[in-house]
Amino acid sequence: MSAPSSGGASRDGYGSALLKLSNDPRVVVLEADLGKSTKSCLFRAEYPERTVSMGIAEQNMMLVSAGMASSGKIPFASTFAIFTERAFEQVRNGIARPGLVVHICGSHGGIHTGTDGSSAQSIEDLAIYRTIPNMTVMHPCDDLSAEELTLQLLDHGKPSYTRTARNKVPRIYDEETVKGIKIGKGNIIKDGNDVAIISCGVMVNEAKIAAEKLENDGINACVVDMHTIKPLDGKLIDKLTEQCGCFVTVEDHSIIGGLGGSIAEYLSKNKPTPVEMVGVNDRFGESGGTKELMSHLNINSDAIINAANTVIKRK
Amino acid sequence: MARKCRIDIVEMVHKAGAGHPGGSLSAIDLIVGLYGTGFRFKKDNPDWQDRDRFIMSKGHASPAVYSILHNLGVITKNDIDGFRTLGSICQGHVDMKWTDGVDFSAGSLGMGLSFGLGCAIAAKMDGSERNIWVMIGDGETQEGQIWEAAMAADFHKAGNLNVIIDRNRIQNDDFMEVQMEIGDIGNKFESFGWKIIEIDGHNMGEIVEAIEEATNERSLPCAIVAHTIKGKGVSFMENNPAFHGKAPNDDELKLALEELS
Repeated sequence: MSAPSSGGASRDGYGSALLKLSNDPRVVVLEADLGKSTKSCLFRAEYPERTVSMGIAEQNMMLVSAGMASSGKIPFASTFAIFTERAFEQVRNGIARPGLVVHICGSHGGIHTGTDGSSAQSIEDLAIYRTIPNMTVMHPCDDLSAEELTLQLLDHGKPSYTRTARNKVPRIYDEETVKGIKIGKGNIIKDGNDVAIISCGVMVNEAKIAAEKLENDGINACVVDMHTIKPLDGKLIDKLTEQCGCFVTVEDHSIIGGLGGSIAEYLSKNKPTPVEMVGVNDRFGESGGTKELMSHLNINSDAIINAANTVIKRK
Repeated sequence: MARKCRIDIVEMVHKAGAGHPGGSLSAIDLIVGLYGTGFRFKKDNPDWQDRDRFIMSKGHASPAVYSILHNLGVITKNDIDGFRTLGSICQGHVDMKWTDGVDFSAGSLGMGLSFGLGCAIAAKMDGSERNIWVMIGDGETQEGQIWEAAMAADFHKAGNLNVIIDRNRIQNDDFMEVQMEIGDIGNKFESFGWKIIEIDGHNMGEIVEAIEEATNERSLPCAIVAHTIKGKGVSFMENNPAFHGKAPNDDELKLALEELS
């Protein structure tokens, strides 16, 4: 099996983390015929005796993982984000409800799935897993942070869902800065006080580009990588409410129930503050190139700039 | 033992005013037979890692599980008296988070065989001899996930995995032949590579023999197709779909206890 591709696809980080976790004999890996895509194939190539092939049967995979967790293993089970959803009730009833520590990775999340079209574009995964008690929900932005957060899952002690992405994006972190990230803590990529742009996954890069352009217009934006959607870093939101007074949320996900939804819930309960959401606007995607689609669905740096200008006026 | 368990079952469901007596009574001889045939567990240490596992996938038949745990001294009379009440360790459906001696959180049909397969694969990885037992209902085999697990058990050579199918021919709404008849279940498991043992699920001699045979079979997963009578032991519940999920009233309880004494 080939080594991780260079660059910053978060799925590569998941694969390399599994290899690093192999030192712990409790770690087992489960696949549903998509190991080459989710990158669990890297573990399988080295440790076939600890890799469990489930075939194209996601519901079975989730409960086999649960059974293994109940027997002292730490299972990492992956497939495409959209196909984890097929086993949503299995995750809910079989994993989270008894609090069994299974780590699920849904790769190819969002519209960044290549040109397969809407059937493969999970734009609701973050929302649905966030509703389940006991679940940690993450969406890292590049390979290095995906690796770091996956490594931290070893001692996490709770079931989790991590969405990774197919496509490479410019790295947000380097080997040093990535050591500072922690599950459950948002990370300020660029500080600023006019507007807080909270993003996750591949959209962190778009947020960064938008902030640079806004800077040229004299708007000083703060950019946050909110890699953990649940538990949400409320302390950071409180700080940014004081510091910036308005928010733009950015995700390759439906604007309903995901990162934007969770921040809106938090703010409306604690300190109502203007929010504009950039995300897939309650519709399905379609086939197309990544850039074309992002533009078509209005989830790129231009959309973030527009949202920032709008929300600042609402302050 | 089975008679004592049956009394517990009808009393528990009557007291709670809810629950599933029919499928508990059809399953209880099999469960008593299993626990009495070398099932390895420690009642004072229910979390013992190397214990055998009993995964009750038809989790609504929880009174059967609570009754055996009560009669083995793992849980108390007080515990089963609290069945289905707020804060009780005896939840409506069996739940490993709540009850000592329960190995699976069930209630949503079709999941237990997969869970058992996970336990079986882990046991093999650990080089453990522990046996994994799963009980499913015949109606439960309508769930597609059962067949995903059946396929995977053969592929992963889970010779330490055994399933007992409570073939009582009745499901929630009606007889299976009305709702969705599955046909020859043994044949279907056999075609997935399982060893099949067909028995009368109320004949203790056949039950014990089947459990020993399945335990000794280490190369193939085994399916014991146990032909049972829903509501067995209480005449008016026998073969009666109405008592799938209905509690007996006071008069019915009295009648049931007379029959079981």
